[in-house]
Amino acid sequence: MKLKQLESYLGSLEQFSTPKIELEQYPTGAHIASRMLYTAENSFEDVNSKVVADFGCGCGTLGLAAGLLGAESVIGLDIDAESLEIAYANADELELDMDFIQCDISNLKWRGQIVETVVMNPPFGTRRKGADMDFLSSAMKVASQAVYSLHKTTTREHVKRAALRDYNARSAEVICELRYDVPQLYKFHKKKEVDIAVDLWRFVPQRKQERSLSIIKIESIQI
Amino acid sequence: MRLLTHNMLSSNIKGVANGFPLKIEVVKVVEKEVDFNIDFLKNMFHKVEWKALAEASTIMGYVELPENVDAAMLDSDDFLHKFHHALLELHLEEGALVCPETGRKFPVNKGIPNMLLHEDEVPYMDEARHFLRGVVS
Repeated sequence: MKLKQLESYLGSLEQFSTPKIELEQYPTGAHIASRMLYTAENSFEDVNSKVVADFGCGCGTLGLAAGLLGAESVIGLDIDAESLEIAYANADELELDMDFIQCDISNLKWRGQIVETVVMNPPFGTRRKGADMDFLSSAMKVASQAVYSLHKTTTREHVKRAALRDYNARSAEVICELRYDVPQLYKFHKKKEVDIAVDLWRFVPQRKQERSLSIIKIESIQI
Repeated sequence: MRLLTHNMLSSNIKGVANGFPLKIEVVKVVEKEVDFNIDFLKNMFHKVEWKALAEASTIMGYVELPENVDAAMLDSDDFLHKFHHALLELHLEEGALVCPETGRKFPVNKGIPNMLLHEDEVPYMDEARHFLRGVVS
């Protein structure tokens, strides 16, 4: 599928009718979503035939983009029932099979290594501090191959340090810097459109085998 | 919800040591056809908990999966098709997932399990409080 075509499919999706401020519900625009998933597939082969999870899926844009690019199975997770209903209808509209789970990303517990790639547009943590990092921490535990995520450019150093030091990332790279147009959804937005600089990140988790090996090493040093 | 998803979901209620696998209560199962992808199945075979998959499949009304498996079975087309059907084509549309330790039910409506915890079930709250107390004292 061509990028233009992907963007046009995503542009037709229904978005939040009454976004919830406490959840920082901003729609992921078709422009950003299409580029994010197109890069994940064409530069890194992280989508086609993979099991992909969309964390905080909202109306399902990123997960559905993965489905359109040939993901074998896509799972969308969100805390908000209304968003999941819209996402469900969007999946129906595109004739894509997507599983959905209503849950809180910050206390997620999953078994095994089934999910290969996590894609997400997490809350930026401006309303609830640390929400973005909770998402990243959970995603790094679940993904076996890669995590794609958007974070404010102003948090770049912090994100990199946390990913490598606290969340077991083998690598953490900014793939590109994007302008995120946040439309005037909420009353506290003074300008008509707020333009935020965001980074598109690709994190690679350590292979779980490597992780257990490094634990053994540490133990043997202690002996 | 497909059984592929069921195979990774776990109960995360405070105090639960082993929340996997969640038991399934069936009200309604639907089947949706999915393209057959051999490479995907061979890859997934090594990642799924077979016992959990086979039991879940039986409860959902599909009794064709063998109880015990080994990698040699991946050469059998017949086996792969059964595996494919159970893993990707069966959907729990209405029913519940039940925590194996506490019996707490997580309802499944329109195919979507609601795994939200009540406030007193959230595992990290107490840990966080405990930690903070330690810091303060």
